[in-house]
Amino acid sequence: MSAVTVQRRQGGTVPLTVRRTLRTASPAVRRGRGWGCLLFLLAILAAQGALAEGLVIGSKRFTESYILGEILTQTARKGGEDAVTHAQGLGNTAILFAALKAGSIHLYPDYSGTVGRELLKTEATDLDSLNRGLAPLGLGVAVPLGFNNTYALAVSDGLAQRLGLARLGDLAAHPDLRLGLSHEFLNRSDGWPGLRRAYGLPQEPSGLDHGIAYEAIAAGQIDVMDIYATDAKIHRYGLRVLADDLGYFPEYQALLVHRLDVPQRFPAAWAALSRLEGAIDAGRMTAMNAAAELDGQTFAAVAAGFLAGGGERSAAGPQGLWAKLVGPDLWRLTWQHLMLVLLSLAAAVVVGVPLGIWTQRSMAAARPILAAVGLIQTLPSLALLAFLIPLLGTIGALPALVALFLYALLPIVRNTFSGLSEIPPHLRESARALGLPAGARLRLIELPMASRSILAGIQTSAVINVGTATIAAFIGAGGYGERIVTGLALNDHAMLLAGAIPAAGLALLVQGAFELADRWLVPAGLRA
Amino acid sequence: MALAVEGLSKSFGERLALAPTSLDFAPGRTTVLLGPSGCGKTTLLKLMLGLVAPDSGTVRFQGEPVIAARADALRQRIGYVIQEGGLFPHLCARDNVALMARYLGREASWIERRMAELADLAQIPADLLPRFPAQLSGGQRQRVALMRALMLDPEVLLLDEPLGALDPMTRHRLQLDLKAVFAGLARTVVLVTHDLHEAAWFADEIVLMREGHVVQRGPLDELLQRPSAPFVTEFIRAQRADPRLAAA
Repeated sequence: MSAVTVQRRQGGTVPLTVRRTLRTASPAVRRGRGWGCLLFLLAILAAQGALAEGLVIGSKRFTESYILGEILTQTARKGGEDAVTHAQGLGNTAILFAALKAGSIHLYPDYSGTVGRELLKTEATDLDSLNRGLAPLGLGVAVPLGFNNTYALAVSDGLAQRLGLARLGDLAAHPDLRLGLSHEFLNRSDGWPGLRRAYGLPQEPSGLDHGIAYEAIAAGQIDVMDIYATDAKIHRYGLRVLADDLGYFPEYQALLVHRLDVPQRFPAAWAALSRLEGAIDAGRMTAMNAAAELDGQTFAAVAAGFLAGGGERSAAGPQGLWAKLVGPDLWRLTWQHLMLVLLSLAAAVVVGVPLGIWTQRSMAAARPILAAVGLIQTLPSLALLAFLIPLLGTIGALPALVALFLYALLPIVRNTFSGLSEIPPHLRESARALGLPAGARLRLIELPMASRSILAGIQTSAVINVGTATIAAFIGAGGYGERIVTGLALNDHAMLLAGAIPAAGLALLVQGAFELADRWLVPAGLRA
Repeated sequence: MALAVEGLSKSFGERLALAPTSLDFAPGRTTVLLGPSGCGKTTLLKLMLGLVAPDSGTVRFQGEPVIAARADALRQRIGYVIQEGGLFPHLCARDNVALMARYLGREASWIERRMAELADLAQIPADLLPRFPAQLSGGQRQRVALMRALMLDPEVLLLDEPLGALDPMTRHRLQLDLKAVFAGLARTVVLVTHDLHEAAWFADEIVLMREGHVVQRGPLDELLQRPSAPFVTEFIRAQRADPRLAAA
């Protein structure tokens, strides 16, 4: 969630600096462009519908999920399925689940504990119980992959050898050990409080940020920390994971969550996927996480290495910022980003300008319309997306376009409203006195006079959209956000910058384009 | 009658702008609506154009009652000039003048011919026509506004303080030119002003108003010699020039 908040904040602050100079297309030009874009939008939607014929595999936006998604995708392809799409890094569990129910994706990797607690709200995590709970939704779980990514406690290898620590129960005999635990783990009922009771642990732990804990244990400032069982850094920091011999921690078995019709619809792929059962142990998963997160390998390369029978560390090392910036995906991402921005903007102009005109005409309409478009602006983008996915029954470009369209409305509606409101009354009256009918007054006098303000609103929306469009990657719509999301998942700053820099560049370009448009489209008399 | 009002009245909230009033304006004559600020003269002008809806009464144009559905068509037969000119800032002088004719689909050659005639009449040099209103002086703007009002050769010309915002020299020159234009056109002209001298200069007939009521109507001499109320004399005395200046 924090990553998304950052994106929205970026998008929100940019326009403040550019608000000073803004203008609009002549009505005829704008109308023509609007219709063109609407047709284009329909074409894209049609293309999307066609694409959804094949098997679509989803993944969440953290390293392990990306890698598993990639492994599943490549496995399905090798199994003989023609069209397999990996809708990667789609965001959180709620979004994946909504996409699965809507049929936008057909399966994705998750954990038994997550399915039980977050989706079914039960404590039971065995496959049968989960399948009983999911069946009414037309969903099921299958193919446990072979590792349990649950909470665990770890100590340094040296300490483990010195004190003979192998199991959680061994900690009870050493009350002087210093425990540095994450705040979440300290406070969860299934975290420290229960663990202490179950094993009779005497230590008084201190709360510590998870990222710092690795450094602290390496520096010998703490002895024990909490981790996920497949943390990439386990090997890097020479940690030993203590066995949960009493079975205290809930099961987080990695498995597939799928629509029940998948085995019949994609039999070849399903057969291949089924062979992954038990194929990945915790050590292997940890190594793959490390290959992506610490060695900078691509998810596809890590997955390919695994499917080729190991060697995930043998591929090329991490790439520099420049190589990532001009990576082969640059043009695809640029095109996707531009389309997201331009199509949503065109729709916002087609809807927002008439709405602005209406608010200016009718005081009764003004208050609710301005309140509504203002309210939309305050919705967190991920929440809006999670809401739009079930509503539209799909993930990908459509909900992203709708969200961007909604965010783009406010500046356009408000600037159209204020641009029209600022026309001096004696000029309105002059237009009426000439005998121009209302439609002609709007077209020939009022819109041209408000054009500068309207164009300013469109420019603001465009620049906001360039920033906000980065969230589209969370739901598989592509764009520069894909790099940002990957960078966040991998804690890879170069990758993050490789997404953020072109997005910022595009924002500047868009602003420059509008400055030019101002010269072309705003009547010269208004600049004199 | 070119233009007539019958029992026309208007209030803005509590404030009476125009008490029920009946007047007619004969073809080819210049009538001046005269009075202090807030006397209802501008409201009467706007009521006649249908820019303001009356509380009661009717406006007749060439004998026909003006109704909302036909208002646009009728306005095209009435020229209207306001104090600030009312020129649209995003259109150059030429486009301001030609706006309505183009909207009505008049031929370009017709528009060009008419434009040249009017530029001549209003004494606007051709090289000023491509300029935007902001690039013209106050006097030039009023001349262009007059051209725009006359473009479709209206039967009636309404002017609301057309010279009110001009400096005295420009105002004087424009007074001379306007009177010549009115004389040449022989159209029904209704001009609103608060300036007695301007009224005296233009008017065939003066309608003196006060607080929404017509106080007296007639030629200047009649107002001078047979004032219908003490207010008439007061108003005239308040604006009479110093005799030493009048002699000079």
